[in-house]
Amino acid sequence: MAKRKGNRMPDPAGHFGSFGGRYVAETLMSALIELEKAYRKAWGDRSFHRELDGLLKSYAGRPTPLYFAGRLTEKAGGARIYIKREDLAHTGSHKINNTLGQGLLARRMGKRRVIAETGAGQHGVATATVCARMGIPCEIYMGEEDVRRQSHNVFRMRLLGARVNPVTSGSRTLKDAMNEALRDWVTNVRTTYYLIGSTAGPHPYPEMVRDFQSVIGREALPQFRKAEGKLPTAVVACVGGGSNAMGIFTSFLRYPGVRLYGVEAGGLGLSSGKHGATLSRGKVGVLHGSKSFLLQDATGQILEAHSISAGLDYPGVGPEHAWLKETGRAEYVSVTDAQALSGFSLLSLYEGIQPALESSHAVAFAYRLAKKMRSSETVLVNLSGRGDKDMGILMEMGEGGRDGD
Amino acid sequence: MTAIDAAFRRLRASGEKGLVVYLTAGDPTPAASLRYLRAAADAGADIIEVGVPFSDPTADGPTIEAASRRALSSGMNVAGALELVRKFRGTHATPIVLFGYFNPFYRYGWSSLCKDAREAGVDGFLVVDLPFEESGEALPSIRKAGLDWIPLAAPTSGMARVRAVDRAGSGFLYLISVTGVTGVRKTLPPPVAAWTRKVAKATRLPVAVGFGISSPAMAAAATRHADAAVVGSACVKIVERNGRGSRGPAELSRFVRSLKKALR
Repeated sequence: MAKRKGNRMPDPAGHFGSFGGRYVAETLMSALIELEKAYRKAWGDRSFHRELDGLLKSYAGRPTPLYFAGRLTEKAGGARIYIKREDLAHTGSHKINNTLGQGLLARRMGKRRVIAETGAGQHGVATATVCARMGIPCEIYMGEEDVRRQSHNVFRMRLLGARVNPVTSGSRTLKDAMNEALRDWVTNVRTTYYLIGSTAGPHPYPEMVRDFQSVIGREALPQFRKAEGKLPTAVVACVGGGSNAMGIFTSFLRYPGVRLYGVEAGGLGLSSGKHGATLSRGKVGVLHGSKSFLLQDATGQILEAHSISAGLDYPGVGPEHAWLKETGRAEYVSVTDAQALSGFSLLSLYEGIQPALESSHAVAFAYRLAKKMRSSETVLVNLSGRGDKDMGILMEMGEGGRDGD
Repeated sequence: MTAIDAAFRRLRASGEKGLVVYLTAGDPTPAASLRYLRAAADAGADIIEVGVPFSDPTADGPTIEAASRRALSSGMNVAGALELVRKFRGTHATPIVLFGYFNPFYRYGWSSLCKDAREAGVDGFLVVDLPFEESGEALPSIRKAGLDWIPLAAPTSGMARVRAVDRAGSGFLYLISVTGVTGVRKTLPPPVAAWTRKVAKATRLPVAVGFGISSPAMAAAATRHADAAVVGSACVKIVERNGRGSRGPAELSRFVRSLKKALR
């Protein structure tokens, strides 16, 4: 069994420094306390880990490989670039790590119904998949705009037996899907398990989702050591809510020499105001149950985010990332829609790997970073998902059909 | 003794139940919303909750969500709500609770907010998404300004939590009748009465029952074991139907009178 050393953060009330916590309606408080207790009990239970580890292996396809991107490295002409292949996990992204964990937890808690929010649809598909396997009915809330631009995943969810509820309020994206899921949960709290897909939301979700995703780093660290005989110089991951980034960062936090980079959605550029760069441009506030950085106006109203990738199109970010930014342990940067598209093309043309548009942000930044680094240095990129779901958007953008240079 | 304490003392002395009316500030415009507030007070509302609109009202159903959207597009915010209360205070003494979500209040800054609220004539705060465990940065400022912090209890809370929030809060205890979001309901489920009685017996604060109450009969039933009924979405629906029209405040006034009559 992999080493599962307790992380010191958050504190018992769910605070990461001054971030995190539990800002929810009173009706949900007991449910969150019940969930926290059930989670602690499961996490300390060998039989829970045996079952989860077994499923991660036989069902989700773990461990996912670490891949040396030789041609991309050559093209960049700097640091050696490695890719953690979460795109090869079952359902096409890292999201399955968390939904398997929480799915088992929901069953242990005797919940008869599962709800979830989704942006790009990857978490929705991973939730619908686990619910199909366990025979639990599930309903997915998804913004109408995302239903349109990620129709491929909507179709998948429906084929998996899930009900997809399009959300028509606000910006009709991930934020509004989460609002609606919270309204459902506050109504059906006694029977329903709310399966949050990111390291966001009220305590214990940021901690629990991180723990379930930390399998990524627990695999990547020894894989990387084996390949290079040392730790990476830098680790790069995209950040919407922040689950894949926390998944890989967590194992490297204790090595201060390893630089951690979270890549946010720069949208049409930070100066355009149309972006999802919460940590770069946001201010501290409370949304969806926890205190973190938020895109908001001067009077505390939440602003709409913008990104070509539905999964990064969110005006908040997980509280642990806010804390990592504040302490300086991780650095947060942004990559525009256009740069992300070129990240997609690069990996596609030089390595034959087509990343999700979310992960393309990490690829674009890692490439830019590697270029400026020495050939003795290394960059580890978490490739959180594959790009099949984005073919519609890429076709609309006029990408593809272009010959390689 | 705060104005809210005084209101409940007066109600108890006269043997009647209280009526708490909720309206969203700035719905549909600041000027119209002032007329609605005055109409509710004149018609006998004992306490008024003035809702500060928030872009993401996750505890509210479609009626108050739509009111929040109307109010936001009329430019309403925390400062605007304080201005509204200041104008209301020019003519009325009815206690006012500022009702809203944490983020806009936090953005304004708790310390200056409480000072400005006191000055404008606000009597208390009710913050929907601020359980007492997280109230540490708000509560000292609220107390220092001599304002009440209205705690909430839900059907899922359990008696230990109910007692804890009762100790932490002041003014009155807002008892959420059913699990769910705000909104008009035709009936309240039977367990509400027994549960209300249990809470009222175990707590020191006056108890106001809210969520779903939409008619005089429901208000009377809900207050059998409680001190007051909160009527929100049913009032907001009158604003929604009439908008800035002059018949709106008159219709609200008739409705509030009918509610209050059932509570005497």
